[in-house]
Parts: sequence; structure tokens; C-alpha cells
Amino acid sequence: MTQQGKAPPAILEARDLSILRDGRRVLDSVSFSIPQGRFVAVLGGNGAGKTTLFRAILGLDTPSHGSLHVSGHTTQPGRSAIGYMPQSRQMVAGQISGWHMVASALRGQRWGLPWHTPQARAQVNAALAAVDAQELAARPVASLSGGERQRLLLAQSLLDSPRLLLLDEPLASLDPARMRQTARRIHDLARQRNLTVLISTHDINPLEGFMDSVLYLAHGKALLGSVDEVMTTPALSALYGAPVEVVRAQGRLFVVAEGGGDTLHACDCTGHAH
Amino acid sequence: MLAYEFMRTAFMAAFLVSLVCGPVGWFLVLRGQSFASHALAHVGFAGAAAALLVGMPALAGFGGGAVLGGVAMGLAGQRALGRDVVIGLVLSLALGVGALCLHFLTRSAGAATSLLFGDILGISAGTLWGLGGLSLLCLSGLAVLARPLLFASLQPDVAEARGVRLRLLDVLFLSLVALATAECAQITGVLLVFTLMIAPAAATLRLGFGPMTGMASAALLALAEAWAGLALSWQTGWPAVFWIAALGCAAFAASCLLSRLLAGRSVAVLTTP
Repeated sequence: MTQQGKAPPAILEARDLSILRDGRRVLDSVSFSIPQGRFVAVLGGNGAGKTTLFRAILGLDTPSHGSLHVSGHTTQPGRSAIGYMPQSRQMVAGQISGWHMVASALRGQRWGLPWHTPQARAQVNAALAAVDAQELAARPVASLSGGERQRLLLAQSLLDSPRLLLLDEPLASLDPARMRQTARRIHDLARQRNLTVLISTHDINPLEGFMDSVLYLAHGKALLGSVDEVMTTPALSALYGAPVEVVRAQGRLFVVAEGGGDTLHACDCTGHAH
Repeated sequence: MLAYEFMRTAFMAAFLVSLVCGPVGWFLVLRGQSFASHALAHVGFAGAAAALLVGMPALAGFGGGAVLGGVAMGLAGQRALGRDVVIGLVLSLALGVGALCLHFLTRSAGAATSLLFGDILGISAGTLWGLGGLSLLCLSGLAVLARPLLFASLQPDVAEARGVRLRLLDVLFLSLVALATAECAQITGVLLVFTLMIAPAAATLRLGFGPMTGMASAALLALAEAWAGLALSWQTGWPAVFWIAALGCAAFAASCLLSRLLAGRSVAVLTTP
């Protein structure tokens, strides 16, 4: 694990964090500290613990050991300081409009009728404008493409002015051009608002040039640092406990299992490394 | 038609039931739980048959049975178990218990028909008070649950992260559905609860109204179908429930056509409250 030098105060701090899920130790004595305002790519294969880590940060999964703090507080559900875009993109029935889908998240946890004051409506409109999704407001969510729906979910995650954004696989199912476009949009938003962003992905390449750090999860362990520090053959081989090779070809990063027969994902070699 | 007491009572009962069926049905369709109302009606049928057997009012037995079924389905959880399997098992067990109760219920042969197909023209003034109380309870409950229920229906993962207790919400909502089903079945009977609970809500959901407008529109459409069904029944002598079912299907077909016509345009209704 690498500490960030000359960093502002940490917004997210894990110490000896272990999390069990279905009896399996998904994270095992993981420690890291992420300062405010960082754009962090969270990498790892299926089951590496990306979503579990996000759920723990949201207070939905309780650490079995160690501690996890957001802005110095222990995690618990309902923190408005955290914006969240989940991995699953729930389809909604009927012709509910994009505006209403986004608005449903605004203080949606409170009892009562779903009325919105003029101030609340302005807040929703501002969130839509921040991601250039005004034209999606009146359209039924069911008629939107995956990318358009993701813009709405991003707008929804910006409600209540969060300090930390957790984006679970926001680039999944997008074509390469859309991936870069989405990554740039998230990066620009983060810079404008001094947001800390944790963005989980299988492919690091669309995020190149935007991210400050990489948090690589594998076999219950975590490695945090800059791209140059983490995405190296020795660092990842040590993390996996097995030889892997990091290759840069045509401007893209690849992680390859030892022996070369198994060219792995653009960056992700979990599971296949053995 | 309105010169007769039983017709005035029937129109009043239809009004009370439609007020509840529209909004509750709107959430049922939105959440993809339409079948739950059908299953709860069957559970209520068992409760009503059991109540008649021991000399209690059918409405009380219906409501009690359906609420127990709703709580059980809510506790079973949407993710933990395949909900369709749970509903199917509850439904078949309930029908079996209902059939057993009716087997022993020899003194009231017409009760089975009334329970299964409804008897809106036979509603008493006492039952009307019961329906009024249930309507007040359901609408009050929904007014409390509506905001988190909408959030959890559209984005369950985000709602959970924001502190919405999904399981509790599920149990509370299905309890409301159970009470609404008990009301609805007084008019449509167990087998045709869909006609007032689901058909109007499905029709208005296709038109893309906002939540508040959508729920109100569903209630109005349910009321229009119920009252028109009663009037047509008076004119033709055919069962009111047939006309309500037919009008429900016609309204849904019309909404499908209308939504297609509106699909290419910028639709103003989409930004209603």
C-alpha cells in the first residue's frame, strides 16, 4: 500500500479492514487512506470486493474486523455526503420520466407524499444540467439508452451536494468513445466541485489521464497508489501472489498471466492469474 | 336508477373502493407486483370463507387473511426467494383452505359465488362503513409510505444506501395492498380484483404522468370504470363486474394507442407532479 504524499485530510480511511460476505473473506486486513478531492479508479475482477467495499462505505455491510471512516465518522446508511451510482441499472415500469426518476432520490428516504417544493425542483434541474441531461428529463426512462440512463443516475448521485461519489461500474456496457466521454464528464464534475470519486471498473484505459490513483483489489488485499506505482509487473505479482505481467501496447495497458497464453482484460487479471 | 337504496349504496361503495384501488394499483404496477394483488385476494378468500364458517363478517375475515398473507410475502423478501414461487405457493394453499371451509359451509351456498365474483348490489349500509374505514386507513398509510416507496421502487439499491429499510417497506406496502384487495373484492370478487386494482393503474402508467398525477388519474379512471359498469349493468341486466372488466381492458387498449401517438412528440404530461 502506498501513502499519498502532501495530501489534504483523508475523506476515506480504512484500517485493518476485513469484510466477510457469505462466509468468504472478501477483504482481508486492508488499510488505505484517500484524501479529499482525489479521483480513484477501483480495479479488480469479479468477486474482488469492489462492490463489497462500496457497500461497506455506504454502511450496508459491516466490517468483521478493523475500521472504516468517511470524513472521520464510522459508516452508516443514509449519509447525504455520499453520492452513489449502483452497478445494477433497475428498469422501471411504465413511462416514468427521467426527471421523476432523478427526483425520487431527493430526500426519498423521508416519509410522506412525493411532492417537490420549487427549491427541490430547482435542485433536480441543476443536477440534470450538471451532466447535460436536460433533454432527457421529459423522456420515459424505459426509452433511454444505457448511456443516457447512466447520465441520469450520475445526476441523481449529485443531489444533496455529496463530497464523495461512489460509482460502481459506470463505464460498463458503453462503447469506447462513450467510456472516455463519461470518464471526462465525471472528472470535470469532480474538479469543479472538489469531489472525491471512487469509480470501479474492469478497464483502466478509459480513465487514463483522469485518475489520480488506483486502488487495486485482489485476493482480499488492496494496493493504492499512482498508476505508475500500482500498474507494474512486480507490484501486481506481489498483490496476486503469482506472476503476472503488465504490458503497455498501442497506448493501452494490459495485464497478462505468466506464460503469455492468457491475455487478460485491458487491466484486470484477477482469477485468471493462477 | 338512483331512486333505489341498493344502487346508491353500490355507487358509494364503488367510490370508496376506487379511491384506494387507483393509487395502490399504481404502485403495484410500477413495482412489478401486479400478481401480488391477485394472490392476496385468494388468501383473503380463505379468510372470508373461514370467517363465514364461524359466523363472523366476511369482510373482517377477508381483510385479516389478506394482511397475514401480505406480511408473509413481504417477509419472504423479493431477493431472498423467488417471489413468483412464494406467491404461487401461498395462492394454492389459500385456495385449498378456502375450498375446505366452503365444503363445511352448507348454510350459505351463495356465499361462495359472492366471494368469487363479488356482489356490489348486495352491499349493506354496515359494510359501507367498513369500506369507508378501510379506505381512510389505506389512503393514510399510502400518504406516509409514498415517498420512500417511490424511491425504493425506482432505485432500490440507492434507496437502501440512503437508509430506506426495503424489507420493512415491502411488508408495510403489501399489508396496505391486502386491505385494498379486501375492499376491491367486495365489488369485483376474488377472481376479478385485477379489474379495478391493476387495469386502471396500468393504463395511466403508460401515459407517463408524474407520480402524484398518475395516482390521482388511476383513482379517477377506476371510479369512471366502476360507475360506468354499474350504469351499464342497470341498463343491460348483465353483471356489473363484467362491464367493469370490459371497460378496464378497453381503457388499457386506448392508453396503449394514445401512448404510441404521443411517443413521437415532446409530451407535456411527463413533467407533471
